[in-house]
Amino acid sequence: MPMELSTFFQQLANAMSLGSLYALIAIGYTMVYGILRLINFAHGDVFMLGAYFAFYAITLLAMPWWIAFAVALGLTAVFGMGLERMAYRPLRDSPKISVMISAIGASFLIQNLGVVIFGGRPKSFPSIPLFDTVVRFGPVSVLSVSLFIPVVTLVSLIVLLYIVNQTKTGLAMRAVSTDLDAARLMAIDVNRTVSITFGIGSFLAALGGIMWTMKYPQLNPLMGVMPGLKCFIAAVIGGIGNIQGAVLGGFILGALEILIVAFLPELTGYRDAFAFVLLIVVLLVKPAGLLGKAQAVKV
Amino acid sequence: MNKKNLIRSAIALVVGILVIGLGDAFLGSFAVRILNLSAIYIILALSLNLLVGFTGLFSLGHAGFMAVGAYVSALLTMTPAQKTMNFFLTPIVPWLANIQVPFILALLIAGLCAAFVGLLIGAPALRLRDDYLAIATLGFAEIIRVLITNAQPLTNGAQGLKAIPKYSTTWVVWGFAALTAAFLVMLLRSSYGRTIKAVRDDEIAAEAMGVNVFRVKVTSFVISSFWAGVGGALLGHMITTIDPKMFNLILTFNILLIVVLGGNGSITGSILGAIIVTVMMEALRFLDMPMNLIFFKTNGLPGLRMVIFSLMLMVVVLYRQRGLMGNKEFSWDMVANLRAVIGLKPRNKGGR
Amino acid sequence: MLRTDSVSMRFGGLTAVADFNVQIEKNEIVGLIGPNGAGKTTAFNTITGVYKPTEGKIFFKGKDVTGAKPHHITEMGIARTFQNIRLFKDMNVLENVLVATHLRMDVGVFASTFHLPGYLRKEKQAREFAMELLESVGLTNQTEESAISLPYGKQRRLEIVRALATKPSLLLLDEPAAGMNPQETLELMDFIVGIRDRFDLTILLIEHHMQVVMGVCSRMYVLDYGITIAHGNPSEIQANPKVIEAYLGVD
Repeated sequence: MPMELSTFFQQLANAMSLGSLYALIAIGYTMVYGILRLINFAHGDVFMLGAYFAFYAITLLAMPWWIAFAVALGLTAVFGMGLERMAYRPLRDSPKISVMISAIGASFLIQNLGVVIFGGRPKSFPSIPLFDTVVRFGPVSVLSVSLFIPVVTLVSLIVLLYIVNQTKTGLAMRAVSTDLDAARLMAIDVNRTVSITFGIGSFLAALGGIMWTMKYPQLNPLMGVMPGLKCFIAAVIGGIGNIQGAVLGGFILGALEILIVAFLPELTGYRDAFAFVLLIVVLLVKPAGLLGKAQAVKV
Repeated sequence: MNKKNLIRSAIALVVGILVIGLGDAFLGSFAVRILNLSAIYIILALSLNLLVGFTGLFSLGHAGFMAVGAYVSALLTMTPAQKTMNFFLTPIVPWLANIQVPFILALLIAGLCAAFVGLLIGAPALRLRDDYLAIATLGFAEIIRVLITNAQPLTNGAQGLKAIPKYSTTWVVWGFAALTAAFLVMLLRSSYGRTIKAVRDDEIAAEAMGVNVFRVKVTSFVISSFWAGVGGALLGHMITTIDPKMFNLILTFNILLIVVLGGNGSITGSILGAIIVTVMMEALRFLDMPMNLIFFKTNGLPGLRMVIFSLMLMVVVLYRQRGLMGNKEFSWDMVANLRAVIGLKPRNKGGR
Repeated sequence: MLRTDSVSMRFGGLTAVADFNVQIEKNEIVGLIGPNGAGKTTAFNTITGVYKPTEGKIFFKGKDVTGAKPHHITEMGIARTFQNIRLFKDMNVLENVLVATHLRMDVGVFASTFHLPGYLRKEKQAREFAMELLESVGLTNQTEESAISLPYGKQRRLEIVRALATKPSLLLLDEPAAGMNPQETLELMDFIVGIRDRFDLTILLIEHHMQVVMGVCSRMYVLDYGITIAHGNPSEIQANPKVIEAYLGVD
C-alpha cells in the first residue's frame, strides 16, 4: 500500500498525543509503586473521578473552565490522599496479597459508587473552544487539545523531576522508596511522604482524566478501567518506579496502538490486547522494564 | 476425628443432601437458580483458593479459564442445528459444525482445554511473582477474551452463544462441587499437597528441601485452570447464554471476594463464602431496582449492589484479613468453642 | 566430597566472596568462620545454588554442579539450614519434616491425590522416618504444634532434622547454635557429631560460637571481607595472627 506522507504525519500526531496522555497517567502509577511497591489498581478510577469533578464543576456549578479544572485537580489529589489513608495505610505491614485485594476492592468501590452517584449513562463533556477547535497543518488536522497534551506532559515531567531530585520532599520520597523502615529510623515522616506521593499521583491522574475527556469527549464511570490498566502496563514497560521510564513506556504504548491500527487495520479488533501482549513480552524478556534496575532477592 | 464427631458429620452430610434435594423439588425456579449458582461458585472459589490460598499465587486470570471451559463445552454439546442458528453472521468452521459429544465428556474436554491453556500461560507467567504475576494473568485473561471476540467462525464472536443445552441440573452442579472439594482435600492432604503449601510458606526453604518450586506452581496453576474450566462450562450450561463480555475482571473479582471472605486457604471457608455471596448477590438484587421506601421513591440505583460487595471485600481485608474461617477448616470442636464463647457451653479444651 | 575451585560472587561492584577454595573429605566436620559480613552465608548460597557464582566452579562428589538449581543440588545430596530460621510457618512440626521427605518418595501429583496403594506405602514409610528423626531431637511430643510456636532452640533443631529428611550426604549448617543457651549448645555439639556418625554425613558449618567450632570441627576456613585468610585445624587457627587481627580488629 503506498503510504501517503500526510497519513503518516496524521498518525504520528495521533500517536504523540495518545502517548503523552498515557505517559501522564503512567507517572502516577510509577510514583506510587516506587514508594510502596503497590499496584494502585484504583488509579484508573481516580482518573475517572478527576474528569467527573471537572465536568460537574463546569456544568453544575457553572465555573469557568480554568477554575473548574483547578478545583477538580485539587479535589482529586485530596481524594487520592484519603484513599491511601483508608485503604492502604492500615495494611502497610500486611502480606502483599492483602494490599492488592484492598486495591482491587477500592477500584471496584469507586467505579460502582460512580455508577450510583454519577449514573451509568455516558455524559458528554462541555465544549471549551480553546481545546476543541480543529487545527490544520496542511493536510494534517488535529484537535487543539491534542497539542496541549504533550506540553502538559512535558511540563509535568519537568516539575516532577525537579520535586523528586531537588527538593527535601523529593529526597524523603527517594529515601522511603529505597527502604521504608530505614527512612522511618532516619526520622523521615513516612506517612506524610506517602501521602504527598499519592496526592501528586492523583493530581496527575486527574490532569490525564480531564485531557482524556476533552479528547474523547465522553464520561462514564468505567472510563478509567482500560486507560488505568494500559498505563500501568506502560509504567511496567518503562521500568516501574522510574519516572522517565513511565513516560517512555507511555509513548511506546500509545504509538504502538495508533500505528498498528493505522497501518494494519485488520488487527483493529485486537487493539485492546496489544498492551497486554507487549506487557507479557517485556516481563519475560526484561522483567525490570526498559529503564528499570533488576533487584536481587535476599536470602 | 472421634466417633461423636463422625456421626455429627454424617448427619450434616445427609441433611445437606436432603436440603439440596428438597430445594430442587420444591423451590421456585429463582431459588433453585441461586442454589445451583452457589454450587458453581463453590467450584470456582475452590479452584482460585488453590492458587491464592494454598500455593500463594495471586492470579487474576480466572475468568479467562472459565471462558475457555464454557465455550469448549457449549460448542461440543450443541446440536448442529443449534450451531447453525447461532452462527448466522459467519458460518461456523466445518470441523466443529457436526461434532456433538455427551455432556460429561464435553465437560472433561472443557476442563482439559482450560488446563492446557493454563499450562501455556502458567509456564511463562509463573516466572513472575506477586503483583507482576497478578497483572500478567489479568493480561492473559484479557487476551483470551479478545481472541474469543475475534475468532468469529469458532466462537461466534461478540454475539456469543445462545441456547446452550441446559445440562446443569441441581444434582450435576452439586455433584461436581462435592467432587472438586473432595479432590482438593485429597490433594492438599497428600505429600504433593504439602509441597504446595511449603511453596506458599517459604519458596526458598521449599527449594532447599528439594521441592521443584516452579513445577509445583505450574501444576497447581494447571489444576486450578482445570476446575475453573469445569466451573465455567457448568455456568454456561446453567444460564444457557454466554458471550465474551461476561468473562471479565468483575467475574474474577466476585470469585476473589468469595475466597477472601471465606478465608484464604480454607476449603470449608470457600464453600461457606460461595453460598453466602451468591445468596446475597441475588438477595440484594432489589437494590438495583426502583425502590418505594416509605418516605421517598428511588428510581433504582444500579451499581449499589456492587458497592456493597466492594465495601464488604475491603472491610474483610482491612478488619478481618483471615476471613470467616482464617486458614482453618471447619470442625465440630470449632462449633463447641463458638458455643462456649457465646456462653452456651463450657469451652472444649484441647480441641483443634 | 565437596570442592570449590576459585569461586567468586559479586553483586554489582561488591565482591561478597573472592577466590573461595574449600575441599572437604567424606565424614569430615569442617567449620567456616569469620566476622559478620565476611561472606560465609553467600558462600553457602553459591554452593546450594541460590546464587550462581560469578566465577569459579563447584564440584560435588567429583561432579560439576556450578549453577545447578537449588532443588537439584538438594536432590544430589546437599541439604542446608538457614541462618534466619525458615520453617514453614503455617505447618505443624511433623509436616515440616514431611515436606522434605517428598523428594525421595518419588510420587507424582496423581498418585498422591488419589492416594494410590504405592503412594500410601511410601507415605507410611516417610511418616515413620520423620518420626524417627523427630525422636532424635526430642520433638515427638510436639508433632502437632505449629513449627514457629516452638522455642528458638527447638526450631533450630527442627530445621536440622528437616534437612536430614532429604537424606543428604553433605549437610550445611548456617549458625546452628545461634540463640541457644550454653546447655543447648553442648547438646547441639553432641547432636552434630551424632548425626554425622549415624547418617554417614559430611558437615560444613558456619558458626560464631568458638566453643562449638573448636569442639566439633576437625578443620576450618576463616573468611574476612570475602577472602579466605586462613585455614587449618583448631590449634593452628587459634595461633594464627591474621585470624586474631580479623576478629579483634588490631591495626
